[in-house]
Amino acid sequence: MATQSAVTPGQRSTERAAISEKTLRTDRWWLLPLITFIGFSAFIVYSTWAAFANHPSQYYSDPYLSPFYSPCFVKGCPSDINWGSLDIHWRWLSPAIYILIFPLGFRATCYYYRKAYYRSFWLSPPACAVAEPHKSYTGETRFPLLVQNLHRYFWYFAVLLGGILTYDAVLAFMYKDAAGGRHFFLGVGTLLYVINAVLILGYTFGCHSCRHITAGRINNFSKHPVRYKWWSFVSWLNKHHIRWAWLSLVWIALVDLYVRLVATGHIHDYHHVFGAVSTAVGH
Amino acid sequence: MTAPTGAHNASHETHDYDVVVIGAGGSGLRAAIAAHESGARTAIVTKSLLGKAHTVMAEGGIAASMGNVWPEDNWQVHFRDTMRGGKMLNNWRMAQLHAQEAPERVWELEEWGALFDRTKDGKISQRDFGGHRYARLAHVGDRTGLEMIRTLQQRAVELGIDVYMECTVTQLLKDGDRIAGTFGYWRETGSFIQLNAPAVIIATGGIGKSFKVTSNSWEYTGDGHALALQAGASLINMEFVQFHPTGMVWPLSVRGLLITESVRGEGGVLRNSDGKRFMFDYITDYFKAETADTEEEADRWYDDHINNRRPPELLPRDEVARAINSEIKAGRGSPHGGVFLDIATRRSAADIHKRLPSMYHQFKELADVDITKDPMEVAPTCHYVMGGVEVDPETQAATVAGLYAVGEASGGMHGSNRLGGNSLSDLIVFGKRAGESAAEYAAKLDRRPAAPAADVANAIAVALKPFDDNGDENAYTVQQELQDVMFSLVGIIRTGAEMEQALAEIEKYKARVKRVTVQGGRAYNPGWHVALDIHNMLTVSEACAKAALERKESRGGHTRDDYPKTDPEWGKINLIVTEENGAISITHKPLPQMPADLAQLFEEAK
Amino acid sequence: MGHTQKMRVWRGDAAGGGFVDYDVPVEEGEVVLDAIHRLQATQANDLAVRWNCKAGKCGSCSAEINGKPRLMCMSRLSSYDPDETITVTPMRTFPVIRDLVTDVTFNYEKAREVPSFAPPSDNQGGKFRMNQLDVERSQEFRKCIECFLCQNTCHVVRDHEENKPNFAGPRFLIRYAELDMHPLDTVDRKNTAQEDAGLGYCNITKCCSEVCPENIHITDNGIIPLKERVVDVKYDPVVFIAKKIGLRKDSGRTPVGPAGGGPSPIKHPEKFADS
Repeated sequence: MATQSAVTPGQRSTERAAISEKTLRTDRWWLLPLITFIGFSAFIVYSTWAAFANHPSQYYSDPYLSPFYSPCFVKGCPSDINWGSLDIHWRWLSPAIYILIFPLGFRATCYYYRKAYYRSFWLSPPACAVAEPHKSYTGETRFPLLVQNLHRYFWYFAVLLGGILTYDAVLAFMYKDAAGGRHFFLGVGTLLYVINAVLILGYTFGCHSCRHITAGRINNFSKHPVRYKWWSFVSWLNKHHIRWAWLSLVWIALVDLYVRLVATGHIHDYHHVFGAVSTAVGH
Repeated sequence: MTAPTGAHNASHETHDYDVVVIGAGGSGLRAAIAAHESGARTAIVTKSLLGKAHTVMAEGGIAASMGNVWPEDNWQVHFRDTMRGGKMLNNWRMAQLHAQEAPERVWELEEWGALFDRTKDGKISQRDFGGHRYARLAHVGDRTGLEMIRTLQQRAVELGIDVYMECTVTQLLKDGDRIAGTFGYWRETGSFIQLNAPAVIIATGGIGKSFKVTSNSWEYTGDGHALALQAGASLINMEFVQFHPTGMVWPLSVRGLLITESVRGEGGVLRNSDGKRFMFDYITDYFKAETADTEEEADRWYDDHINNRRPPELLPRDEVARAINSEIKAGRGSPHGGVFLDIATRRSAADIHKRLPSMYHQFKELADVDITKDPMEVAPTCHYVMGGVEVDPETQAATVAGLYAVGEASGGMHGSNRLGGNSLSDLIVFGKRAGESAAEYAAKLDRRPAAPAADVANAIAVALKPFDDNGDENAYTVQQELQDVMFSLVGIIRTGAEMEQALAEIEKYKARVKRVTVQGGRAYNPGWHVALDIHNMLTVSEACAKAALERKESRGGHTRDDYPKTDPEWGKINLIVTEENGAISITHKPLPQMPADLAQLFEEAK
Repeated sequence: MGHTQKMRVWRGDAAGGGFVDYDVPVEEGEVVLDAIHRLQATQANDLAVRWNCKAGKCGSCSAEINGKPRLMCMSRLSSYDPDETITVTPMRTFPVIRDLVTDVTFNYEKAREVPSFAPPSDNQGGKFRMNQLDVERSQEFRKCIECFLCQNTCHVVRDHEENKPNFAGPRFLIRYAELDMHPLDTVDRKNTAQEDAGLGYCNITKCCSEVCPENIHITDNGIIPLKERVVDVKYDPVVFIAKKIGLRKDSGRTPVGPAGGGPSPIKHPEKFADS
């Protein structure tokens, strides 16, 4: 009986039914955590690589700016999408790091992602009624996991970022010719950007903290009909929070990849440039 | 509150209380709360875990004339409906107190945290039910019983009332002619436990487990009825057993499982295999004046109670059960031997999900039937016993000093047939009264009664007997046979000859249970539990069959093929069951006279 | 159309036990509890099993079937392969009494610690006015049948016996949520929910919601909103400042500590040498 490695439920209680199996589940309970593990790992590997492949010629192709690098605020940004020109001395520190830290924080503290990575990375527990391997467990009662309670602050930033990505989707309809004239533009990438914005917003506004802020925290919906409507909408999005989380994650990586492939000339962005909307003014 | 502990016997534990309540359903919990609040040291003893009692099965609601939906409603109308539903055999005083006090008791639940469904103006919503003139049932979807039990359970826990869970009482202890406490065993260990108390409240529910097709759980073995009888108390109205018209029939494993009357209250209708709404053919003269005779009028009623008469599907349960039984016997039944209950074509899927969520769930999970698309198959199922311990209407005191009974275990309130929704209100109205009067009784005693040691020793011997014998009987088998006999011979439709046959069978079972032997030890051994419970089942079965044989008429939950008419002479008589030296006998007792002002209510209505 | 069902049932008590194999004849439309009952009536009279309503309404027959926490009465045999051996064990988080019956006292003790509903003093004799919209969230949690499957599945206590004193479990965390969302309640249990009921132990891995036979959204509608409400009073500096300068109104609810001190009213058999 005294196998130290296999932690079974109740190993510390002598009064429980003496069953040595870690689980008696007969279904493929390991499949979902495995898929999650692979999916998240793939994203982490890709986004890390993308964050360091950080020359503007790799992440910008007019009118597309990779969402990993938006807003573009460092020295060397293409002038027409320049939000600032912060001088970064530490060359190895990619501008993407400054941006990705926020969505990373938002997703890391997200109630869905927490479930997903606690299960698939930390195995706490790997699946329901399957014993976890840890000797002790304190959950989110102590630092650092106590920080999960700041989810709503990351949400504030996420709303900001969602706005920027929506703005980027609008910009993806604008093409600037060599003379500086603006054209209405429609490309495959434009469509990708629109979908990206929708997915990001759907994920951001379906957030549990958002649900709390809209009306979740009040106890008299009937006295706040507008907030209640808003809450109902958020609740509707929230029902499928997992789906929004995954789709927006995969999509944003796809958009980045697409921009890179276009920017580096590996694929051609099928598009149409319409007549000039405005001509350049005193540039 | 500190646990009172008494001197310990060498072989078992004993504790001292003022009031011991047997049963932790709605009535037991309400009684315990009342006793505790009256200052009595109170204990609850229950066969199951706290919060699992049969009350959770009550779906429809609590009848109380709060007038939230129909301001026309008041206690007099409720009283009248209750008496008419019981075919005037009710104890009028109980019916009056019940109708008068039910609203207060419901509001009280809300103060303790119950969350009922609301009307538009924020009051407690009330729904229609069979036999009730106005929408009167406070409810929470179709899980009202759960709401009630959870509320009372949480209240009892908050007050710190002692609870003995999974503990079965096998005997009431007496000191001379007074109650002295209870004796029983812990199911967990099989060890014995004696609770000394001058007042004991029986809140053990009904006897339905003696019938094969029943909506009742294993607990409903008539323990309280049998304990009271053995302690010298009398039972009343034992011939009246309610067969709920709509039990599930398929699959077999859930046969008898309840389908709430709310399905009909919400618009569901009964059809036979020809698709006909047959209830229009079964409107008796007694209810003709208040029942719609066309489908059009019946359908208009749901929105306009004032200008239309109620649909015949909402006649009292005895009427509907008999009608369904007749249709099935006439060969117009459904494939699995029921009739069709159709809500799918009457209400939208969204409404059904909202108003009848647990019914949807129940059929989906257990029968693979989607009730928003297909009709349900239903047939009558044993549901409730109107008979019980004969009690004083004001105090719920039985005929033995210190003994009280409440809820389904008590008799009189519902006459020959109980209206849906009147059970939950019965529990809380009389629960409170029983608890208060038991506490008062205990406080006024000048000397605590004490049970003779010999009686306790005898109780131990009786409880352990199934282990001693080298018998050849299996308690489960006897139980199953008894259930078959009671359902087929003392069921919905009865005849003298069949009941005599049933009584003869019961005599044989009595001999057989003496030879029951139990496998295994005393710790949590259901085989032993059944072996002890079967004695109670036999006692109540015999009481029921003997009373039913005696009553030579048909009325409410007692229908005789050989005496199909309701006889006004029998309407003046209650049957009383007593036991002496193990022999059960029946006596006639005239009904208490209703005062003129109440009798007036029935004149006006005609 | 019946068949013979192969069953593997854990039998034993706190002193030890193991699996026993049985062949049980079963009929069409039956559930696992039917098979257990037949087993009990014909082959194992003393097989300990807890059940009451057999309709998924009382929450007594909780067990683990093929490793999954379920109600035996709501587990249809047709959802298993007829040739498959169905394994039934008691709930693994609670002390075993005998066979499939466990000692669920833990839950009753936790229930005592929840400060109960405190109605407003001007309650008009209990005739509350509450909008249906405002009671619906709490009503969802009151659907709970206390089967304790969520308590059993939650790894916080299932895998860590030592957490039991500090963690109330999902069933009672939604009780805190239910009361906190009650439109008329007058006390504030957020601090005690976090500090005494161990809300922070929950890492929202959602097994409670997965096993709930009543399909209560324990995590999404109960525990997570409660966590967010706790953040309001404990971890959000902006809310703190907003309250100080009067931008956010105080709830008017009085904070309370855990209830249920003193000796437990939940009684247990006393131990005797001969029993």
